[in-house]
Amino acid sequence: MAKREKGKYAAPKRKFDKVYFKRYWQLYAFLVLPLLYLLIFKYFPMQYIIVAFKEFKLNMSVWKMPWAYYKTGPVLQTDALKYFKTAFGNVDFRRALVNTVRLNLLDLIAGFPAPIIFALILNELRFKKFKKVVQTIAYMPHFLSWVIIASLCTQLLATEDGFVNAIIAACGGNKINFLGNPVNWIITYVGAGVWQSFGWGSIIYLASIAGINTELYEAASVDGAGRFKKMWHITLPGIKPTIVVLLIMNLGYIMGGGFERPYAMKNNLVTEVANVISTFVYKVGLQDLKISLTTAVGLFQSVVGLFFLLTANAISRKLGERGIW
Amino acid sequence: MKVKSLSAKIGDWVFVFICVIISIICVLPMINLAAKSLSETHFLIRHEVYLWPKGFNFEAYATVLSDAKYQRAFVWTTILTVICTLVSLTMTSLCAFPLIFPALKGRGAINIFITITMFFNAGTIPNYLLMSDLHLLENPLVLIIPSCLSIYNMIIMRSFFYGIPDSLRESAEIDGASFAQVFLKIYLPLSKPVYASLALFYAVGRWNGYGDALMYIKTEKQWFPLQLLLYNVLNNQNSVEVAAQEGFMQPGLKDSLKSAIVMFSTVPILMIYPWLQRYFIAGVTMGAVKE
Repeated sequence: MAKREKGKYAAPKRKFDKVYFKRYWQLYAFLVLPLLYLLIFKYFPMQYIIVAFKEFKLNMSVWKMPWAYYKTGPVLQTDALKYFKTAFGNVDFRRALVNTVRLNLLDLIAGFPAPIIFALILNELRFKKFKKVVQTIAYMPHFLSWVIIASLCTQLLATEDGFVNAIIAACGGNKINFLGNPVNWIITYVGAGVWQSFGWGSIIYLASIAGINTELYEAASVDGAGRFKKMWHITLPGIKPTIVVLLIMNLGYIMGGGFERPYAMKNNLVTEVANVISTFVYKVGLQDLKISLTTAVGLFQSVVGLFFLLTANAISRKLGERGIW
Repeated sequence: MKVKSLSAKIGDWVFVFICVIISIICVLPMINLAAKSLSETHFLIRHEVYLWPKGFNFEAYATVLSDAKYQRAFVWTTILTVICTLVSLTMTSLCAFPLIFPALKGRGAINIFITITMFFNAGTIPNYLLMSDLHLLENPLVLIIPSCLSIYNMIIMRSFFYGIPDSLRESAEIDGASFAQVFLKIYLPLSKPVYASLALFYAVGRWNGYGDALMYIKTEKQWFPLQLLLYNVLNNQNSVEVAAQEGFMQPGLKDSLKSAIVMFSTVPILMIYPWLQRYFIAGVTMGAVKE
């Protein structure tokens, strides 16, 4: 971007240039709606963050709400950080925090290599039509909503009549309670994530592989390198930059948390491992209406998440790879 | 070219075999579901249906399709998806197009203004309080406006626009074309791939999304998108009401009905995406090649 900014068509230097404005007003007109949108829906809500430090009162401007206080008898002791302390004293929140990091880490460990391996496998296919069919099928799970994936899991993995347990039983194994047992549920959750995203994630690596100079492979063949030697010495080094950038960026999202996936997949038997920050905020904030507490939790998550992202980006740049901006 | 050795040929087939297994794992859950949705109730109760329907019938689909609640949700979600896609594409274009002009004063500041929103989110509760103050709660607009511009998609579109040679628009500008004309006559016709790709992303996002509806719409159930209705039905929310309405009291029918509802809400997207494969691959790749 920076290169283009100071390009050969640099803007005229005068402060307000009638000629310039007459020429460019349309572009500013285009930008009005998008920028207004960002202002209202991305910047405007930031003012409500202050609720995290205050006592929430219905029908009162956020600026007029009193600062958070402890009440001991008639004495009010103001403490703006009250709700952050309350959050960390809350067992459910601490558990949600641990669960968020745990599920994200496991997602990363299982979900990050999967598309790379799949791309390497696809790259070995010699029949173009077959390759395309496999790709189309592998992209399919990405287009399913989490409500549907969760429903597929309950139907397929049910202890009594699920297909997977029927196979296990037919092979003489013991039926596995995939969804009701905490450890099994975590495996199911991570597995569903891999299932949903490995095909879609491979697109980027396939594009990266396509960019590798084919002469390298020919030269290696002449030197007698086999399939796996070429994979290891040409393909993998060729896509290394992509892998590094995506890995670092994924590490940056370790505190992040979608809402729809955990909310759709959780069930009452596994709340202790399935409740993450986003579902905690939904339940305690929007259902139990502990507004200040959950605003504090959200702020904590945003700030820590921002810290991780900026760190990840800085590392990415240090390593000589492109950052995300 | 050397003639392939036997071991290399066997290797090729091993990879074909692996891919067949992977494909089966991808489609198996859907086949299982389709089989259940087409089966007769008593086979389901006896847990006999896995990959092939037994007692083939369309009863579950007939029940779903004749139910006014699903018809309504289906039509509403379709309308909603079309509106959202059109609005989002318009907003994305309005944002992406001006930013490709190096001569635009304040472009750096605007870029920073935009980028910040990618990194810092106010959070669930502040967003909820905003919707409340804007009177968007219980309002169908809450499913359209707050998600009408994705900066990530905007960057994909902008990258695509950068790929169109500057000389094309410069010659048009010399001929006296306004920027609106440059966009409509040059950029729009040349950008079909990126529009197809982003239309798919926005449409799938809206069709599959339910979190916003869950948070912002509680009482006005007529605005529930299909996925939220599905969530409530599958998780037996308001179980008494649902059970009575869906005939869930009969055991077994439940499973075929559930399966039919899931199929019914999934099939539209599954019919569309293979045709757009070429475009969305370009879109995903474009997102990674940022300026």
